[in-house]
Amino acid sequence: MNPKTDYKNILIKNAVPIFFAAICIFGVISANINMSFLMSELISRLARNSFLVLSLIIPVIAGLGLNFGIVLGAMSAQAALIAVTHWQYSGWEASPLSAFLIATLISTPIALIAGFLVGKILNKAKGREMITSMMLGFFANGIYQLIFLVLVGSVIPMENRRMMLPSGVGLRNTVDIYRTSGNALNNIISVQAGTIRIPVFTLIVVAVLCVALYFFLRTKLGQQLRAVGQDMHVSEVSGINVNKMRIIAVIISTVLAAWGQLIFLQDIGTINTYNSHEQVGMFAIAALLVGGANTKKATIAQALIGVILFHTLFVVSPLAGQSLFGIAQIGEYFRVFIAYGVIGVALALHAWKKNK
Amino acid sequence: MDKVKNIIDKLGIPRLIIISFLLLLFIIAIASGLAIPPLIGDSIRRVGMAGILVLAMIPTIRAGMGLNFGLPLGIVCGLLGSLISVQFNFTGFTGFFMAIIFALPFAIITGIGYAWLLAKVKGQEMMVGTYVGFSSVAFMNMMWLVLPFTNPEIIWPIGGTGLRYTISLVNHFSGVLSDFLKLSIGQFEVPTGLILFFVFFCVLLYFFFKTKIGLAIDATGANEMYAISSGINVKKMRTTAVVISNCLAAIGIIAYAQSYGFLQLYNGPMFMAFPAVAAILIGGASLKKATISNVIIGTILFQTLLTISLPVTSQVVDGDISEVARLIISNGMIVYALTRGNKKGGK
Repeated sequence: MNPKTDYKNILIKNAVPIFFAAICIFGVISANINMSFLMSELISRLARNSFLVLSLIIPVIAGLGLNFGIVLGAMSAQAALIAVTHWQYSGWEASPLSAFLIATLISTPIALIAGFLVGKILNKAKGREMITSMMLGFFANGIYQLIFLVLVGSVIPMENRRMMLPSGVGLRNTVDIYRTSGNALNNIISVQAGTIRIPVFTLIVVAVLCVALYFFLRTKLGQQLRAVGQDMHVSEVSGINVNKMRIIAVIISTVLAAWGQLIFLQDIGTINTYNSHEQVGMFAIAALLVGGANTKKATIAQALIGVILFHTLFVVSPLAGQSLFGIAQIGEYFRVFIAYGVIGVALALHAWKKNK
Repeated sequence: MDKVKNIIDKLGIPRLIIISFLLLLFIIAIASGLAIPPLIGDSIRRVGMAGILVLAMIPTIRAGMGLNFGLPLGIVCGLLGSLISVQFNFTGFTGFFMAIIFALPFAIITGIGYAWLLAKVKGQEMMVGTYVGFSSVAFMNMMWLVLPFTNPEIIWPIGGTGLRYTISLVNHFSGVLSDFLKLSIGQFEVPTGLILFFVFFCVLLYFFFKTKIGLAIDATGANEMYAISSGINVKKMRTTAVVISNCLAAIGIIAYAQSYGFLQLYNGPMFMAFPAVAAILIGGASLKKATISNVIIGTILFQTLLTISLPVTSQVVDGDISEVARLIISNGMIVYALTRGNKKGGK
C-alpha cells in the first residue's frame, strides 16, 4: 500500500472526530478563550464524564448498539445516594468517602437487577434494541418519579425537612450533597497546578476502568461477547448462549453506569433529583459518537477522545455564539443540536452502510 | 371461561390494565362527587386536539416503516406556518387556513427529505426518526432566535432576541374551530368544529387507503417483494406515506394550537411524538398494523385517562401523580409494543 492512500484512509476512517476537532478549534479561536480556563474545565469534565461514556462500550461490542438504558444505572446510583444522604442528615456520622462507598455498595445490586430486566426485555426486541432501551429509560423515569415524588413520605416512611417538599411527600428538586459526599473521590488525591485543579484520584479510577475493560475484552467471556456482536446465529450454532451473553453485557453496562453516575454526582455536588439522570444517556452517547464510534464498533480511545471533543464543544459554543452572533443562547442551542444531530447522523450512517 | 381468555388475548394485558385503570378513576370520580360532565367535555376537547397528531402515525405504519417518532419534524413545520400567518395578521378562519397553507410546503419538502433518509436506513426507521425529530426541534431552536419575524406579538417587546417562548393566538385564530357550532348544555361543552375537523381527516384518510395509491402503500407495508413484483414503485409509495404523515403532523399541531390558544416554540414540541405513539398503540395498533379505529379508540382512551387522572387522583393522594401516571402508561405501552412485533427481530 502506498503511503498516500494510507494517509487518505486514516482521514476517512476518522472523519467524524476530525470534523468535530475542526469545529472545536474554530470555536476556540472565534471565542478567543482563555486556555487555562478551557484546560481546567476539560480536565474536570474528563474526570466527571468518562466513566459514564466508557460504560457504553460493552453493549456496542455485544451487538446491542448504543445502550440508552444506562439511565437506569444512573437512577440506581441516585436512589442509593439519596438514601445515604438521608441517613447522614438524620444523624449518621460518616465521612464523605465512607458515604460514597456505601452508596456504591447499595447502588450495585439495584443496577444489577435493573440491568437484568433491561437485558431480558431487549432480548425480546432484537433489531430494535436502541429505541426499546430509550423508551425503557423514559418508562423507568416514570417509576423513579413515582417513588421519589409520590411514594416517599406517603407509602415509604421518610421524614427529612431538608430533603423533602414542605408537604412531607416527595423529594425537593435538588438534594445538596456537597458536605455529605461531595468530592469524596476527588479529594483523595488532588493536585493544584496554577488555576487548574486536577482530581488525580478520579482520573486514576477512570484509567483503571480503561485497563480493566481492555483486559476483560480479551478474556473468554469478552471474546464470547464479541462473537455474539459479530453474528448471533453463528455464535448460537457454536454453542454460545446468545441471550445470556446479551444480558451479561447489559448488566455490566448498567452497573458501570451506576458507578459512573456516582462519580459524576460527587464531582457536581448536588443531585438534581428529577433531571440529573435524564440526559445522562444522551450526552454520553453523543460523546462516544463524536469520538468516532458507531453502533457496531466502539473503543476505549474513541470514548476518551469523544469526551474531550464533545465537552470542548460544550464549553466553547455559548462563548462562540456570543462572539459570532452576539447571542449566547444560539451557542447553547447549537450544542444541544450537536448532541441530537450527531446521534441522528451516526445512526443514519450506520444503518445506511448496513443496507448497502 | 374460554370467551374471557379470548377477550384478554385480543386486548392484551397492558390495554386491559389501562381500561380497568380508567374505570377505576371514573368510579372514584363518581364516589367523591366530582362533576362528571365537565370532565367528559374536557376529554372530548382533548381528543379533538390530539387526534390528528395520532392520525399521522397511520401512513408510516401501513407503509411498513413503523411508528413515526419523527413527528416533531412536521410539528415545527406547522408552527412555522402558523407564525407566518400571524406575521401577516390573518385572523379567524382565514388565519387558520392560511397557517395550514403556509405550513404544507415546508411539510412536503422536509417530508421528502425525511423519506429519503428513512429509505437509506431501513430497519432502523424508528430510532433514526426519533433523532430526526429531536434534531429538527434543536435546529429550529436556533432558527427561532434569528428568523426575521417583525410582528410585535411574535417577538419579545423590548430587549430580548428572537421569538417568544409562547405566542398567544387570541387575536388570530385561537378557538376558531372549537367555537364553530359549539354545543353547550349546562356545564357540558362540545367543540363541534374541532371534532368535525378531526373526523373529516379520519374519513379522508380512510378513503385515501381505498384509492390505488393507498392500496399500493398497504401492499408495500405488507410484503415488499410482492409489491415490487406487482409493479408498485415501492420507494415512491414510502415517500408518499412519509409526506402525508408529515403534513398531518403540521395540520395536527395547528388544530392543537387553535384549541390551546398558544403556539409553543423552542423545546415545546420535543416530546410530542410519544403521547401520539402511545395513543395509537393503546388503541390496538402494532408496529405493522394500524387502522383509523385504532386511532379513534386509542385517542379517546388515552386522552380521557389524562384528563380525568389529575382531578381524580388529587382527591386521594398528595402530590402530582397524573404526570407520573402519564409517563408510566405511555412509555410502558410503547415498550410493550416494541417487544412484540415480529418474533424474529428486525433483521
